[in-house]
Amino acid sequence: MGALSHIRICDFTGQLAGAGATRTLAAFGAQVIKIEDPVTEGRWDILRGMQPFVDERRGGELGGGFQNHNVEKLGITLNLRTERGRELLAEIVRISDVVAENFAAGVLAHLGFPYERLREIRDDVIYVSNCGFGHRGPYSSFKTWGPIVQACCGLTFTSGLPDLPPAGWGYSYMDHHGGNVMALAILTALVHRNRTGAGQWVDMSCTDAGATMLGPVVLDYTVNGRPARRPGAPDSNHSDAPVMAPHNIYAARGDDEWFAIACRHDDDWVALADVLGATADGAWAADPGYATLAGRVARQADLDARLAEWCRPRDKFDLQAQMLAAGVPGVAVQRPGERIEDDPGTTEWGLWPWVEHRAMGRLRVDGLPVHLSETDWHIERAAPLLGQDNDVVYGEILGLGASEIADLRSEGVI
Amino acid sequence: MAREAIGPHLSTAPLAPPDPTRPGPLAGLRVIELAGEYAAFCGRFLADFGAEVILVEPPGGAPQRWYEPFVDDVVDPERSLWFWHYHANKFGVQLDLDSAEGRERFRELVASADIVVESEAPGRLAALGVDDADLRATQPGLIWAAVTAFGRTNSRAHEPATDLTVLANAGPVWSCGYDDHTIPPVRGGGNQAYHTASVHAAIGILVAALHRDVTGRGQFIDVSVHAASNVTTEFASYGWLVAQETVQRQTCRHASAHPTQVTVACSADGRYQPTGVPPRAAREFRILIDWVDDLGWRDEIPDVTLLELGEERGGVDMSEMFEDDLVAEIFRAGRDVLVAIATRVTAYEFFVQGQRRGMALPVIFAPEEVLEDEHFRARGFPVTLDHADLGRPVTYAGAPFVMDESPWHLRRHAPRLGEHDDLLSGS
Repeated sequence: MGALSHIRICDFTGQLAGAGATRTLAAFGAQVIKIEDPVTEGRWDILRGMQPFVDERRGGELGGGFQNHNVEKLGITLNLRTERGRELLAEIVRISDVVAENFAAGVLAHLGFPYERLREIRDDVIYVSNCGFGHRGPYSSFKTWGPIVQACCGLTFTSGLPDLPPAGWGYSYMDHHGGNVMALAILTALVHRNRTGAGQWVDMSCTDAGATMLGPVVLDYTVNGRPARRPGAPDSNHSDAPVMAPHNIYAARGDDEWFAIACRHDDDWVALADVLGATADGAWAADPGYATLAGRVARQADLDARLAEWCRPRDKFDLQAQMLAAGVPGVAVQRPGERIEDDPGTTEWGLWPWVEHRAMGRLRVDGLPVHLSETDWHIERAAPLLGQDNDVVYGEILGLGASEIADLRSEGVI
Repeated sequence: MAREAIGPHLSTAPLAPPDPTRPGPLAGLRVIELAGEYAAFCGRFLADFGAEVILVEPPGGAPQRWYEPFVDDVVDPERSLWFWHYHANKFGVQLDLDSAEGRERFRELVASADIVVESEAPGRLAALGVDDADLRATQPGLIWAAVTAFGRTNSRAHEPATDLTVLANAGPVWSCGYDDHTIPPVRGGGNQAYHTASVHAAIGILVAALHRDVTGRGQFIDVSVHAASNVTTEFASYGWLVAQETVQRQTCRHASAHPTQVTVACSADGRYQPTGVPPRAAREFRILIDWVDDLGWRDEIPDVTLLELGEERGGVDMSEMFEDDLVAEIFRAGRDVLVAIATRVTAYEFFVQGQRRGMALPVIFAPEEVLEDEHFRARGFPVTLDHADLGRPVTYAGAPFVMDESPWHLRRHAPRLGEHDDLLSGS
């Protein structure tokens, strides 16, 4: 029994920003009924047919991202263009604690199920909508995907080096974070319902969620009047909140190999200077000008240049072993294969669980970075094929007979 | 900007401010947070949504009180904006866990609470006899979350770590940076490794709270900062897991195993402007053609003829790009036209004009521009809080989601050192 096995979610989410939310809740035991459109074969979620692929085959059951983001869910098809389809949705909503979606704002309402209608069906329903700018506000009709959310909320701007364009995030960080925050929205609303008996609509705007993560840079502007858009900024490989030096990423031996060092305080610097000082090309670290944080900050460019030169001929994993032995936060920039296959930080954790997918075969997916002592997560079931659980949901859960389900199929309702 | 009707179920009107008399969804939960940077954002989330969060600092204050930036750049433990940001809405007490007296007060405090969240070095609390196992034995309903760099029992548990080293080791840095790989890869700003760990800690805590509602039983939650960032890298992880592909970083766009087009242009006001995804459907070609015509720039942008061809063909199918040169040319023309527009208007005009025409286009806002933007203001995102200490109100970032029934509230600024020591028994 999972912690959430008493919770049922009527799930219209897709991509990652939505699907990631219900995935987490499913891993903790919630019964997540993922509803897809049989007419478009679920292709609203473009990840259904997108790379990565396990082999040369292509198609809507073979997208690696969709598979990763929808483990542990039940999958059904339902055509909401039909009257019978809308009736069936009402039946599902009636027995669901939560309705979750991340369509563009207004789409579910357009399909006939605005919050007011959901509430008619079930008074204490929790309805969580998650879209780029929320359902209310001047940009509510604007369309987004992860990189647009990141750009509009300040996260893209704050990732980069001086005098260069923003580096931004090389992936949809806000799809992950948005999904996590959407899971939190559902969970907080469930806690509230347990206390009060009341459901509610949660209007989540992914850009709002992103803009909560800029840290003290916001207060530096509103209190001190110091904007982030200023010469020399952002400079995100350095650290100014708190100030640390050295704090940077340096080239190591090999092609595109890198090493990161962060000295949190003078003790770290003393330990690092010992490591440097024990080498022929690191004697410079004894320079008393580097002994204090103020000194290291004042000469940061010079310090960075010397450390870069020192790291350049050395292997990143040798450096990692040396630094960590000395107690200094210094680690390799790991490639995907390195951190997934050879890093006890992930493998001992059980971070890459195996599932058996009906079309893709046996493969690994992202696990969760939390372990609960009594009701831990389980990821054992692969993402459903389109309509894979129609018989379970319409038959066992809604109580329809086999002939009724056959009729729904032949009439194009499911 | 004119208010306009955009469909029956959406509203462009400003949201009503949250009703201050309505408690948040987590009201009634008491949380004890041991001050530390990994879990500060978790405690802040719980407090913002109504939990009573009591921040425990060592005597003299947590080290984070000396984190930059400071009000008016004056170094002072009551003026750290890092501390203000992460500890708003919390109460604060001082406790010396290294003394028997302090540990006794801590046990009493925990006995009054539902949840403990801490990020102490693995082993420290156990050595002091005030760990989860010590306190949950007599308080089976207690929920205890430990946020540590690698989890409590991992073989790497005792390695030092910071936001930079976690992001470097756990994947994000590998995917962020520039097309030119002689430039170092980039750590994104804002201490996101801690945020990512903190949201997972909050998820674990609320899952445990819902389980406790049913069973009365609490539990221990082990959170790994390193694992959290490892599963927050999108394609970089599952591209490897599924196809053993290694993504490569690219300037201001997704890292990819297969290089993608450069998308960043320079706007008329000198800003970097990503130009989104070029048109593919016939309808999308028409939208772009109309945009050029409405701006009166058809003669200056010759590629428009190729867009018309794209529309006439009923759109282009990306899978034909590599076989059909004309398809590739039409697709490239879409990008070229977007770049041509982007360089002729301001970044904000490009974003709003394009979006109003139905195109998914971004603008790169700096954090201060988010707070001043009309949309975020209409949603009540920037919130002000009175600061008697400053003699003026201060604007903070607001809620991650809007709950009308049980709203997010910013009620109090971060505690001054020992401000709520009277919450401790015996004082």
